Amino acid sequence: MDALLAVRARGITKWFGDVVALDGVDLDVTQGQIHGLVGPNGAGKTTLLGLLLGLAVADSGSLQILGTPVGRALDAPDGVAGFVDGPGLYPSLTARQNLAALAALRGDDARTTAIDDALAQVGLTDVADDRARGFSLGMRQRLGLAAALLTKPRLLVLDEPSNGLDPAGKKHVHGVLTRLATDGTGVVLSSHRMDDVEALCSDVSILAAGRVVFSGPLSKLAAEERELDYRVRTSDAHAARRLAAETAGIRLVDDAGARHDAQVLVVRAQVPALDELVVRLVRAGIAVRELSPVVSPLEAAFLALTEPEEAGR
Amino acid sequence: MNAPLTHAHARPHGAGTRRASVARGYRFELVKLVSQWRIRLLVLACWIAPALFVAAVSQQSTLPVDTLFGRWMHATGWAGPLVTLGFAGTWALPLLTSVVAGDVFAAEDRLGTWRHLLVAVRSPRRIFAAKAFASLTVLLLLVAGLACSSAAGGVVAVGNQPLVGLDGHLLTPADAAVKVLLAWVCVLAPTLSLAGIGLLGSVALGRSPMGLLLPVLVALAMQLAQMMPLPVAVRLALPSYAFIAWNGLFTGPAQLAPLLIGTGVSLAWAALATALAYLLFLRRDFTNLSYDGSGRRTVTVGVLPLAGLVAVTVAVLTTSATATATGSGIEQDKVQRSVATAFAHLYRMQTEQLHRPHVAEAQLKAEATCTKGSLQTAAQGAGNDWRCVVSWHLPGVDAAGQAIYQLDVTPDGRFMADGDGPKEVNGYFLVRTPQGDAPNPLWQFDGNVALLATSKG
Repeated sequence: MDALLAVRARGITKWFGDVVALDGVDLDVTQGQIHGLVGPNGAGKTTLLGLLLGLAVADSGSLQILGTPVGRALDAPDGVAGFVDGPGLYPSLTARQNLAALAALRGDDARTTAIDDALAQVGLTDVADDRARGFSLGMRQRLGLAAALLTKPRLLVLDEPSNGLDPAGKKHVHGVLTRLATDGTGVVLSSHRMDDVEALCSDVSILAAGRVVFSGPLSKLAAEERELDYRVRTSDAHAARRLAAETAGIRLVDDAGARHDAQVLVVRAQVPALDELVVRLVRAGIAVRELSPVVSPLEAAFLALTEPEEAGR
Repeated sequence: MNAPLTHAHARPHGAGTRRASVARGYRFELVKLVSQWRIRLLVLACWIAPALFVAAVSQQSTLPVDTLFGRWMHATGWAGPLVTLGFAGTWALPLLTSVVAGDVFAAEDRLGTWRHLLVAVRSPRRIFAAKAFASLTVLLLLVAGLACSSAAGGVVAVGNQPLVGLDGHLLTPADAAVKVLLAWVCVLAPTLSLAGIGLLGSVALGRSPMGLLLPVLVALAMQLAQMMPLPVAVRLALPSYAFIAWNGLFTGPAQLAPLLIGTGVSLAWAALATALAYLLFLRRDFTNLSYDGSGRRTVTVGVLPLAGLVAVTVAVLTTSATATATGSGIEQDKVQRSVATAFAHLYRMQTEQLHRPHVAEAQLKAEATCTKGSLQTAAQGAGNDWRCVVSWHLPGVDAAGQAIYQLDVTPDGRFMADGDGPKEVNGYFLVRTPQGDAPNPLWQFDGNVALLATSKG
């Protein structure tokens, strides 16, 4: 099973002076999986991504990347690509020159077709010969991803890849990452955007204060025995509110999201109670037009798991 | 709870990791440097501006006589590159090293590209080597531009004539060309020392503007030191001395000792500063986003060894049996010899220009008696209160001729002699030369006192 692991970390600890950035972190990322890394600022996400990219070495613990143990040297096995803290681009070079220089640096054939293909995958063909100086953040992110693609990675490590992306850019990036995972590349990405993580990742690790407080499939987060707030839009809000109040395990709460809408009620419940409410609404002839969590299961878990940590500091 | 980092089964060093070679990294660094507009402009300026400057100044009636060889810019095209060299050692080369070497590491901090570069190259050692070689290449290109351009400008605008050396003797055009080339090669050593300081500043000070300015500031500080009445040992222990030590190439015999010492000191500075930059760079943590390598400890680690090098050099030079390096090096007998030698050579030149009977330097038996202020004997040190009486003999004439000069001797050993009579010998008048009318060569002339010379010639 280990042979399929792109990343296997056990008890990784990293100190910056007196500050512990990572405290006994375990992480498994299988090949072909997109693994999300979420956590509050300062939780240690970038440090962990830096270790995977070979930018730093852990003070203790063991780390295997693509089946190769990582020693004390500042390096990572071939096949690892990505960026932390934004992609590194040289503003005086064009997008194409940035990629060509990188390909030449790595000793790869700087074939025009490979570069054109990478640019096309991230939707930058039209600006291939423009200097990176004029690129927006989203374009820079996409060019950074194209640079990573050029190396044909087996493990892709990305820090906030969706920053600054417009809907079209986001679509390109999501498409590329999904294709890579389908082709067997392991992807580890950090993000503060839960919708991105939920849309892309099959597994997620939540970090808080340098420790992993949750790691596993997203579905497991949703299945946790935790009450969530749901927005319910129906054809008869008055009747729906009455039925909700009568249903065991359902609590009506104020819509704190300031989106006051007479047709919407917000209820707090676990999944079985919510199922029961839906059944009752339908039996009463009330159409359910929208049913969605006010915050996503991931975000709810994130807040639940990390806020106590923050309060405890 | 935390197990020590697992090493027992670590792969052999480098296995599974494909690092970019230094050659590829070097090419990548060159591409980045050359893609910058300021570097392109600098290259263009270094290859064009000196030629225009030398050609333009050579056509002016007033010459930059305060600069060494400036007074000969009408006479020969080979004076131009030496004037440019003097200016370059003071201003241009420190500035160029600042812009190139002083920014080569800091630029990655500014652009936020360190992690990208490390992931691509996978070896901080190779990154350092590639950056050092690339910045050195660009610097050499710029220095070569200054030298070639100024020489071409001088030769095209004025011509390939003999050059008057610092002891007044005439160098053939071929000799002048070789010595001009050697002089430019010699200043590569102090330029390298500034480049090493630039690398050190760029690594140690990160994004701080001080990192960029460090070579200029260090160069200025050292030039100020050279203007102070320091002992010769301290003067020679600073790499900036090598920016003026090439003067010794233009005397006969050449003053090679200070040149070799200056070059050695400069190369030692270059090696030590580069080694310190290398060590600091390897110790840097690139995952800490807020840390750009700068810090008090880092700066201290960079400064102390260089200060130690100065102390060691001073100690070695002071205790060296081959050099009297404790005083200013400017002593009465050396000044007298230098003035008499230059006078004899220039007298012969004046004789030829005035179409008088040929006379050789040896026949003149020129001697100088110099005093400084009220000191009649054992005069020494820099100052503008030196006064020399030069006497000489003409073949077949019993009476000795005498001429008086006021001397301004600077702490680095250079002097400017100003004729104070008789007017027929060292006053201002024009003489006809193949290049046109020129001031009497004995009116004002530059010379050089060998700070380290111990034996009487």
